[in-house]
Amino acid sequence: MHEKTIAQLSAGLAAGEFSSEELTRAFLERIARFNPRLNAFITVTAETALVRARAADQRRQRGEAGPLTGVPIAHKDIFCTEGVRTSCGSRMLDRFTAPYDATVVEKLNAAGAVMLGKTNMDEFAMGSSNETSFYGPVRNPWDLEAVPGGSSGGSAAAVVGRLAPGATGTDTGGSIRQPAALCGITGLKPTYGRVSRWGMIAYASSLDQGGPMARSAEDCALLLGAMAGFDPRDSTSADRPVPDYAALLDRPLDGLKIGLPKEYFGEGLDGAVAQVVEEAITEYRKLGAETVEISLPNSRLAIPAYYVIAPAECSSNLARFDGVRYGHRCENPKDLLDLYTRSRGEGFGAEVTRRILVGTFALSAGYYDAYYLKAQQIRRLISDDFQRAFQQVDVIAGPTSPTVAFKLGEKVDDPITMYLSDIYTIAVNLAGLPGLSLPVGFATGLPVGLQLIGDYFAEDRLLNVAHRYQQATDWHLRAPAAFA
Amino acid sequence: MEWETVIGLEIHAQLATKSKIFSGASTAYGAAPNTQACAIDLGLPGVLPVLNREAVRMAAMLGLAIGAEVARRSVFARKNYFYPDLPKGYQISQYELPVVQKGQMAIDLDDGSSKVIGITRAHLEEDAGKSLHEDFHGRSGIDLNRAGTPLLEIVSEPDMRSAREAVAYMKKLHQLVVYLGICDGNMQEGSFRCDANVSVRPKGDSKFGTRAEIKNLNSFRFVERAIEFEIERQIDLIESGGKVVQETRLYDPDKGETRSMRSKEEANDYRYFPDPDLLPLVLDDAFIDAARAALPELPDAKKQRFMEQYGLSAYDASVLTTSRELAGHYEATVAALGGEPKLCANWVMGDFSAFLNKDNRDIADSPVDAAQLAGLLRRIQDRTISGKIAKEVFEAMWAGEGDADAVIKQRGLRQITDTSAIEKVIDDVIAANPDQLAQYRAGKDKLFGFFVGQVMKLSKGKANPQQVNDLLVEKLKG
Repeated sequence: MHEKTIAQLSAGLAAGEFSSEELTRAFLERIARFNPRLNAFITVTAETALVRARAADQRRQRGEAGPLTGVPIAHKDIFCTEGVRTSCGSRMLDRFTAPYDATVVEKLNAAGAVMLGKTNMDEFAMGSSNETSFYGPVRNPWDLEAVPGGSSGGSAAAVVGRLAPGATGTDTGGSIRQPAALCGITGLKPTYGRVSRWGMIAYASSLDQGGPMARSAEDCALLLGAMAGFDPRDSTSADRPVPDYAALLDRPLDGLKIGLPKEYFGEGLDGAVAQVVEEAITEYRKLGAETVEISLPNSRLAIPAYYVIAPAECSSNLARFDGVRYGHRCENPKDLLDLYTRSRGEGFGAEVTRRILVGTFALSAGYYDAYYLKAQQIRRLISDDFQRAFQQVDVIAGPTSPTVAFKLGEKVDDPITMYLSDIYTIAVNLAGLPGLSLPVGFATGLPVGLQLIGDYFAEDRLLNVAHRYQQATDWHLRAPAAFA
Repeated sequence: MEWETVIGLEIHAQLATKSKIFSGASTAYGAAPNTQACAIDLGLPGVLPVLNREAVRMAAMLGLAIGAEVARRSVFARKNYFYPDLPKGYQISQYELPVVQKGQMAIDLDDGSSKVIGITRAHLEEDAGKSLHEDFHGRSGIDLNRAGTPLLEIVSEPDMRSAREAVAYMKKLHQLVVYLGICDGNMQEGSFRCDANVSVRPKGDSKFGTRAEIKNLNSFRFVERAIEFEIERQIDLIESGGKVVQETRLYDPDKGETRSMRSKEEANDYRYFPDPDLLPLVLDDAFIDAARAALPELPDAKKQRFMEQYGLSAYDASVLTTSRELAGHYEATVAALGGEPKLCANWVMGDFSAFLNKDNRDIADSPVDAAQLAGLLRRIQDRTISGKIAKEVFEAMWAGEGDADAVIKQRGLRQITDTSAIEKVIDDVIAANPDQLAQYRAGKDKLFGFFVGQVMKLSKGKANPQQVNDLLVEKLKG
């Protein structure tokens, strides 16, 4: 059963080929068997999963099942889950049990999806390789010595390793798309505001967005349909209807205009990756799409702007982890300052500490205008670039990441090189646009992702464009030999 | 040298919303610690703020009442600092673009003139929790019930020149927010408190001196005393060759002095930036019009109307319009009596207010309502009882003995207006006091009062005083 996509599992459940309980047990067994090798899960909720699977089976008997009823999924450990540890990949929250469900969790529960557990991630979603997790790195199922990407690396590895047919992720600068690319799955970062952030532990509030990660665009459509929607508890949530994504997948691509930003195909892009991406674009031409070279002239400013705005917001968002009310508290603090400095010093890892310091600096009196304000101006320029492009084209395509998965440890001591791993994804967050990564082949034996960027709330179009490609190819169905 | 004082006030008014500014938790005062703090107030991971529209409406009402511009677009910012009773490590406040901008308010000065005080801005923000340092044996307790309570911080221009002016301004603003129903005005519970910025400069200078900020003053008396002390301290300091340093000071009411809390150098860098969890607050005409429509008659307008409509003095009108409730009680009394506004004013300001104060009661739970008070005044008007007896009747009514007529009847207080009955008493008094009569007739006019007193005493105060006067004059002539 584990080789099936969510759509296939949904059909199998509907046809009575297997029960949710059987399905859930099968995935729990795979987790027990493979997780020690991958470290994709931080917490496995086997007992509650089986309880919920049985409830889903009963719901099906009552004739109340939807497409996700009884389908097992995993949640990135950034989403609060009532009664279950929600660690955010950090020692700070190692012993934190959330007293409530995130909206995304609540909605997927309501749809009848069965949570298998919580997936590993870079600490507080800060990282591009999953190496900053307090729970140790996740390994890439295609090469156990390679990283899965990050920060949603646990979700990506779980999906491609067939430990879960689908998972949730979050994306602040590429954290869904880059691991999706490096693991060879499909991941969608929706428009900012499309999916509620309530209960999703904040890294950089103006950039964070939850989204689905699965094998196919069709599966992502099913998951997003359940996750998206207005939430009065999130003031930045968009109050507009959710389209039936699954029903919009099959539209033909004839006349589709794909923009190819020249800035995404230049220096820094690995040659082998470039070639695979070119082949994918050729495939799109065969499917009836037309390609146009476009320019996003301010692209080079995206990383510097991001590394001011995201740390600035994180320095404030993570101030609540102070050892006073919950989370890690140091032993025997001698006074308040000692309580703060040691609790935070012990609770946060190096990358989180670095970003808090950078952000604190960027917001300081005398530097605010030069950094934060300037970065916000750049953000506007980047959005304007995209808006100009979308007057010409329907979607934008390019590589998701400049390289395939790199080796564990390869970039940990060089944060700048690590940050460049998100060079094509970050601008999308700054502009608040939807972006999708889909697997389009292999370079040096490792998956390559193609990124599709759409205009605001064009998730249906991105899923459609990805789905048509997946109808014509089978890259998204490939499994690493050891996990097939 | 002659010195001039410059004072500006930052007043925090707690808005009288039912729930908090960014969460649904109750704002009621006095609950057991941490029972009114929800996940949002506790700053749990993943929670998000949602703005309480009622707090915005209240802020807009204040803005309209002080002739300020209510901003069509304002922005919430984060003020970042660490403190154990600040759960998120930042306070959500408004910084660059507040909801209320540039207004003013006139205050009455001691010499009877009035002065306009500029109001720079008023912005919405959330309150922090409370740290409790007693009863925890060397540790601190934290109560987050107050965390997230909506505050309106109202910042004045440095327009006040004395502690008295500062208090007059604070009182006037207090009256206004209570009138508007946007703050309960309870200063003991901290619903209305103030930070005072005080500096001195040689009279005639246009440049401001270095200021000190006195934090958290929660009574009018403390504001006056703290500022007085601070003025003295600064003048003494400068005159003895020292320099005022910019700092935050605390007032110690027991010692009656201010002392340094932290200097400018130790001050936090709050690293303000727009809160990405909240969209800019955009107000349309309909919202502002609705807030305007909800404005009650404001104190100044009511005072003016009382002077014109009821022919009251400025003093009486201003006392009677101190609160909406008192003014309402007064107007209801006049209406029930059908006139006699001055008589009503005297009673509402006099015995009625005195009894309320004595029992520490609100008008709402006064044992004597406006109709009952009017019933009493009607008996003075129709000379059933004298003003003096009326005081006794009022006291009995207050004690719950029934309305005026019942008390008068039960206690037999009806005034004696029968001329022959009064003459009889006068005759008895004259007969009993031959010496005094002789002295009076010999020219000792002062003794007239003695005879009046004796007649009133013998009639147990019930004889009509005017008739007693008139008849006595005749009788004493002989």
